[in-house]
Amino acid sequence: MPSLISKSPCEDLLPVEAGGVKLSEYPVDRVSSVAPFAGKERASGAALKAIGLGWPKPGQSISANGARILWTGRGQAFLVGAEPAGLDGLAAITDQSDGWARLRLAGSGAETVLARLVALDLRPGAFPEGSVARTGLGHMMMILRRDGADAFEIMVFRSMAAFAVRELHHAMTACAARVAAG
Amino acid sequence: MRLTCPLCGSRDRREFTYYGDAVYASRPGPDAPPEAWDAYLHLRDNPAGETRDLWYHEMGCSAWIEVTRDTVTHAVGATRLIAERGGGRASGAGSPAKKKAPSKPRGGRA
Ligand SMILES: [Zn+2]
Repeated sequence: MPSLISKSPCEDLLPVEAGGVKLSEYPVDRVSSVAPFAGKERASGAALKAIGLGWPKPGQSISANGARILWTGRGQAFLVGAEPAGLDGLAAITDQSDGWARLRLAGSGAETVLARLVALDLRPGAFPEGSVARTGLGHMMMILRRDGADAFEIMVFRSMAAFAVRELHHAMTACAARVAAG
Repeated sequence: MRLTCPLCGSRDRREFTYYGDAVYASRPGPDAPPEAWDAYLHLRDNPAGETRDLWYHEMGCSAWIEVTRDTVTHAVGATRLIAERGGGRASGAGSPAKKKAPSKPRGGRA
């Protein structure tokens, strides 16, 4: 068995910083797609409650004990940072851990940076902490979650990791230049 | 232009892909006669007024959505999930063939 080199999706690319906004990578963690079988929606929600979470409403996420579950579509949610325990026979589980790059954009200008790439109202009133959106990041599909007052979690396909970093870093630099120019 | 995804809310039109008349989401049943398939594939109303379109929230939550639109005023009205309009299939599969009336091929209209 050859010894394979384990790399995170954004290894060697992150972190980067510009204008007080920092783009970094979340620690690699387990990501599972959870899609309850027909008629098993309530039971799946109960199983997720047992690990402190539950079934998220559209556009929302639930966090507890370092794990979280994000609504990602009709009848589908992503469980991050926890084993999908107790869901056997209740939901289709797909291991997505290697499929996504998970970036963290943080700093007081994070919203302004995202405004260059995302066609959503991300002000706290419209997109409070814990909110989730499936939308576009420039030309990429993205799962977006507000991780804090000034922080966002950005999930893109792992194959898009370098492009996402380039696009975000470009927007960060442009926003920083604008601030510097006064 | 914006469309309201019943799940995601109001979103930019560029997040969606257009698939034509919403009748496209109502496939005839497996036993439907050729006439039903002919109507399903080729025959469309061309109303002056309310019509219903099929959209896909591609750069979003992947939901299939029926959008009501007025061809005269261009007003975009209600939207709903295809999954919630009742059955993916035309009700009474084969009914268009029985009628033999090309102007009314939409057995699946709720
Ligand atoms: Zn949607």
